Amino acid sequence: MSEAIAREIDHSHMQVSDEVAIQITQMNKWYGTFHVLRDINMTVNRGERIVICGPSGSGKSTLIRCINRLEEHQQGQIIVDGTELTSDLKNIDKVRSEVGMVFQHFNLFPHLTILENLTLAPIWVRKTPRKEAEEVAMHYLRKVKIPEQANKYPGQLSGGQQQRVAIARSLCMKPRIMLFDEPTSALDPEMIKEVLDTMIELAEEGMTMLCVTHEMGFAQAVANRVIFMDQGQIVEQNAPKEFFNNPQSERTKLFLSQILGH
Amino acid sequence: MNTSTSTFVRTEMLPQQTPPITEAGAVKWVRENLFSSVLNGILTVLGVAVVVYITLQIAPWLSRSVWVASSLSECRQIIADRYGEGATGACWAVIRERWPQYLFGFYPSHLYWRPVLTFALLCVAVAPVLFDKLPRQMLWFSLVYPAVGFWLLWGGSVWVPVMALAGFAIGYAAAKIVQPLAGTIVATIAAVLAPVLWWLFLAGPAADAMQSILPIALQGVRSREFGGFVLAFTIGFTGIAFSLPLGVMLALGRQSDMFIVNKLSVGFIEFIRGVPLITLLFTASLLLNYFLPPGTDFDIILRVIIMVVLFAAAYIAEVVRGGLAALPRGQYEAADALGLDYWKAQRLIIMPQALKISIPGIVSTFIGLFKDTTLVVFVGLLDPLKGITDAVRASTDWKGIYWEPYIFVGAIFFLFCFAMSRYSMYLEGKLKTDHR
Repeated sequence: MSEAIAREIDHSHMQVSDEVAIQITQMNKWYGTFHVLRDINMTVNRGERIVICGPSGSGKSTLIRCINRLEEHQQGQIIVDGTELTSDLKNIDKVRSEVGMVFQHFNLFPHLTILENLTLAPIWVRKTPRKEAEEVAMHYLRKVKIPEQANKYPGQLSGGQQQRVAIARSLCMKPRIMLFDEPTSALDPEMIKEVLDTMIELAEEGMTMLCVTHEMGFAQAVANRVIFMDQGQIVEQNAPKEFFNNPQSERTKLFLSQILGH
Repeated sequence: MNTSTSTFVRTEMLPQQTPPITEAGAVKWVRENLFSSVLNGILTVLGVAVVVYITLQIAPWLSRSVWVASSLSECRQIIADRYGEGATGACWAVIRERWPQYLFGFYPSHLYWRPVLTFALLCVAVAPVLFDKLPRQMLWFSLVYPAVGFWLLWGGSVWVPVMALAGFAIGYAAAKIVQPLAGTIVATIAAVLAPVLWWLFLAGPAADAMQSILPIALQGVRSREFGGFVLAFTIGFTGIAFSLPLGVMLALGRQSDMFIVNKLSVGFIEFIRGVPLITLLFTASLLLNYFLPPGTDFDIILRVIIMVVLFAAAYIAEVVRGGLAALPRGQYEAADALGLDYWKAQRLIIMPQALKISIPGIVSTFIGLFKDTTLVVFVGLLDPLKGITDAVRASTDWKGIYWEPYIFVGAIFFLFCFAMSRYSMYLEGKLKTDHR
């Protein structure tokens, strides 16, 4: 389970500050008549690394997709970096440019080269000069250890490489918060490690992260809080050590026994 | 080596080897592609026989071509003299003699340089659109070309096309002024409304005023004098140039969440697709006159172009919608998550991919549109296929000629349609980035 995390984690920069990054209060969401998210209350401080887990259909992806308004909530309040998410497009664009997102299926733009994928948003949203944007892009490509792929197309890269490009693409916007929506679920076991390594490095630098993932090794090594969701509700949250060793709710116990049992 | 034991450890990896010799060469190709079975062998022989037979039938006729003659009877006389009584041959002299009429219809002959120049400039304007290696600054010329082409073909005051172009500048200015004051949606509406109002009410008087201050004009040519390939190309290329953007907008409208925009797009597309082009052309030529205020002189070619554009746009909208539907939702989400607004996401992420998928369908629509320009004969315009050919065959000199004009016109259409088809294949190959 945790063999993917083979090295010591450097905790020196992983400090949680008192500043609130995301504040969600009494948030409810429906798909048609189906109540997918029920009374979600959650505060994320700057520098926190949160892992959200739960059975499929529990609303965990929907929750983090609400944070950058890929999904719209119908009740309650979501405040990201001091900006409340309403139907006001200006606020949405502001939040989206502050919050990076990494998807299960990478969602790279297949018609653009890796470098173009990385520079597109900085050039068109942030109005960064092309040259500067390319320098930043190369910096992050080196960081995810694939600078030599800059002029290839996404279709020429392996899944793990594509996901690392996707992470780099988000980082190029200099986000203050990163959301990960099952980033390793579509990857072969060999490639999961390289993506997790990249995510760990990011955590070590103090990035505020919300990860929907089933990589419990990652949760134990990096997260400072684990949230367990079921049927659209937050059922339990705790520090990883407590969460794994001493789960309180019956649902959590059942879930952990199922995913850790084999 | 004993492979039946259950444990096995490979000590060295096998190197790559060249395939067996029977897997290559011409003999293999013939055997696989022409004579892979008895039935296929028979079909191959039959196919070759048919091709040979047709060639033997047509070749003598083609080989006895006459290129210089002033009438069909003279042409036949020449063939009889050369190849003996009863021989048949192609009489291409008709094309040679009626060449100007095929190209220009009844366009005034001392002004032939204008359509020729328009066509030359068309090539310059289209080149940077088709080939992205050319300098991007050339696109500015492509943008003003429609106005230049219009002025050269129809003549009249230079201020009419200039004022028409000014409408786009006004739309842009309106968008820029309104955007910071009232947001994107209102700015978009202003960008559409301002130029429309300008064109409807102010452009005409403004052009007249400028003309009285600084008169620059070419001799006017009336639309009824257009004909032949000038007419077909004018309608065809204008139709192609305007139907693509309109079709893309309609496709986006049909995908839109905005109720009114959505329903208007759907209604428009379904209505236009449900009506034959001929009906639209008749509407353009006959019915519009009843509805417009008496005395309005609404140019017939302009009316036809509008109908052709609307017709092709409805089809292109559906083709592009297919391309849009083929894109995974993740592409939209990734664009959103990066903070791109709707128009930037469409322009940079969605449309480049959707249009790439739609290239074969779009080019098919273009080819159809180009060929359909011959239908304008039904509203009294002289298209090259029937309009001009009938005029030629009605003359005493060429009465009775049949194959040659149609083959000639068909060949020209084939040339352009085939070029479009090859270009679309080139473009598909160039844009292929999935490397599967």
